[in-house]
Amino acid sequence: MFGSKISDTTTLILFVIVVALIPLLAAPLGAGYPALMQFFAIFGILAIGFNILFGLTGYLSFGHAAFLGVGSYSAVWMFKLLSMNVIPALILSILIAGVFALIIGFVSLRRSGIYFSILTLAFAQMSYKLAYSVLTPITNGETGLQLALDDPRILDSARTSGQLPTPNLFGLDMNATRVVDVLGLEVQLNFGYFFSAAFLVLAFWIAMRIFRSPFGLMLKAVKTNQNRLNYTGVNTRPYTLAAFVISGMYAGLAGGLLACMDPLAGAERMVWTASGEIVLMTILGGAGTLLGPIIGATVIKFAEAKLSKFNEGVVHGWFDFLPDGLADVLTWVVAKFVGDGWHLTLGLVFMLVVTFLPGGLVEGARRIGGYLGRRGQKEDLEQLGSNVQGGKTTAAE
Amino acid sequence: MGDIVLQILNGLDKGSAYALIALGLTLIFGTLGVVNFAHGALFMLGAFVTVTFTNLLSFERVTLSETETTAWGSPLEIREPVLQAWFGDFGLWLIDYSVLVSILVAIPIMFIIGVVMERGLIKHFYSRPHAEQILVTFGLAIVLQEIVRTFYGANSISQSAPDALRGMMDFGVVLGFEPGMVPYPTWRFVYFFFAVVVIGGVFAFLQFTTFGMVVRAGMADRETVGLLGIDIDKRFTFMFGLAATVAGLAGVMYTPILSPNYQLGMDFLVLSFIVVVVGGMGSLPGAVAAGFLLGILQSFASMNEVKEIIPGIDQIIIYLVAVIILLTRPRGLLGRAGVMED
Repeated sequence: MFGSKISDTTTLILFVIVVALIPLLAAPLGAGYPALMQFFAIFGILAIGFNILFGLTGYLSFGHAAFLGVGSYSAVWMFKLLSMNVIPALILSILIAGVFALIIGFVSLRRSGIYFSILTLAFAQMSYKLAYSVLTPITNGETGLQLALDDPRILDSARTSGQLPTPNLFGLDMNATRVVDVLGLEVQLNFGYFFSAAFLVLAFWIAMRIFRSPFGLMLKAVKTNQNRLNYTGVNTRPYTLAAFVISGMYAGLAGGLLACMDPLAGAERMVWTASGEIVLMTILGGAGTLLGPIIGATVIKFAEAKLSKFNEGVVHGWFDFLPDGLADVLTWVVAKFVGDGWHLTLGLVFMLVVTFLPGGLVEGARRIGGYLGRRGQKEDLEQLGSNVQGGKTTAAE
Repeated sequence: MGDIVLQILNGLDKGSAYALIALGLTLIFGTLGVVNFAHGALFMLGAFVTVTFTNLLSFERVTLSETETTAWGSPLEIREPVLQAWFGDFGLWLIDYSVLVSILVAIPIMFIIGVVMERGLIKHFYSRPHAEQILVTFGLAIVLQEIVRTFYGANSISQSAPDALRGMMDFGVVLGFEPGMVPYPTWRFVYFFFAVVVIGGVFAFLQFTTFGMVVRAGMADRETVGLLGIDIDKRFTFMFGLAATVAGLAGVMYTPILSPNYQLGMDFLVLSFIVVVVGGMGSLPGAVAAGFLLGILQSFASMNEVKEIIPGIDQIIIYLVAVIILLTRPRGLLGRAGVMED
């Protein structure tokens, strides 16, 4: 998983098992509710997609949230016009996001480095501003695009009853949840989660294939030294553009899935700080690694859900065993980092990671693993060394 | 004609803010080669220095009146700013002019913040890729704005300009138009004037002092200046402090125009970056020119006549210009060759 020792097939199988067990694993942490687990899967997809662009080619896009928003809007429009079935909605969101990525990528990829970042940022901000102003007929402005009872819904108009329909997969409701009791733990098995998780596994598998393919190798070459590639007569543009479009389609899929879980779409999904969050996830986990982005997305979404819930009362509870004055001071300090202030924690952790651990959490795990491994190897080496010395002495004799 | 002058004037105040922030960004980029995503946060910090300073100045003392009583029979509370009690009219004058007076406070504070930032964090990122510089300063920006939020809350805090500078002035009369044709808020004119002074000051400092000459030499060829036995790092640290001060002052003076909240910096950061890129990475005159240009363009785009032809243009004009410039003149308007062209 963290080295080359484990084969891809094993990684994939392990990955599937972990993803399938998330409802069970997350339950003791208090994170086993459907909305959060869906976020794990969906933002995992988003981060994998971003990593295909940033991790492989080194092009830092600061406008990826635009594709997420476009995907959401497309999916909700499909729900409104065609059917509440999620399949056409997802297909459309991937396609539309792909077209957007093609256009934006075609223009932005003419420049590299910081200029590329600024260009993608400019395009994303344009989409965001337009969604709020002129495109209100399509995006419904600040209210956000929502379902309504009098939507046409050509394919399932017959089934529309007095209440708003929910997205489904051939009749299987995305919100359907079955609570199972496992050793006293309430484990919630949510269809929406498993549906997204299936896509996560698919996305992971495709990313893995890309990483191992000649195409992926070419992208890595772009990151390492684009000039040298150009000098050898390779036109890198088609490769980077392909990576950009794939990455955009991943984001579109994630946006579509978000709409499937909760059928509404708003422009705030496209604001540039949302793009920043995608970058945070990828870097925190480890850009350029297969598993890093997914770990980053999960950690951030988990921390967001947990930390933002604590308030001063809860924090004070932790320090109850301390003397009053000290407890109050500690509470005052710690309370700044949780609840509404959890972004402060995020920012600090992110700065620390970028400064000391540019490879992200995955590199951290690898370093710890390497440290433990080296201690084992050291003994071997010492033994080897003494053997050699022994050999020398015998030879001298 | 009056309309056009009015739109140009309207563009000037936003343009001044863009120009000031972009100037600082370019200074940092040109000297240290660092892409500073936390620069908007410095603008925001400047604004909050004013907020804090005004709060301190208008600290009130409550005394109970001995003669007057309220309708309920309890003694009337008299609220009186401490400064007024101490200094009388001069105290009131200080409170009225708190925004202008806070400039004096903001200069050392912002300079120290800038130097601490450079020595404490940015220093370690010189030899690392630009992507990592962007990321770490982006993280720093989040941290700074969240710290401000924990202390000041998420709501905008309004600041008022001094009484004498609060109203409208009839700028048209100066240019020979009919009175009443070009009404313009006085404070925005003050802001523009202030921006011109600061920008002029920075340019003069770079152009006419020995220190500035060394810095310019360092921007052109850092290694050679180092070989001549000059501690260029120390001077660049000073320039970072100066850039932080310029951004902070831009924020201080902007408070009466736009009530600051903790996200103020992020909004301005994106636009200022675009200003820098349009002006040409590493070019100081380019940054200033592009700042004013984009500010004016934006105000023209928000005219109703223009909006009728191209709906929504006011929202995206800056980004659109940036895209066009980057694609047609990759170095920006006044950019030098060889800057960030890897």
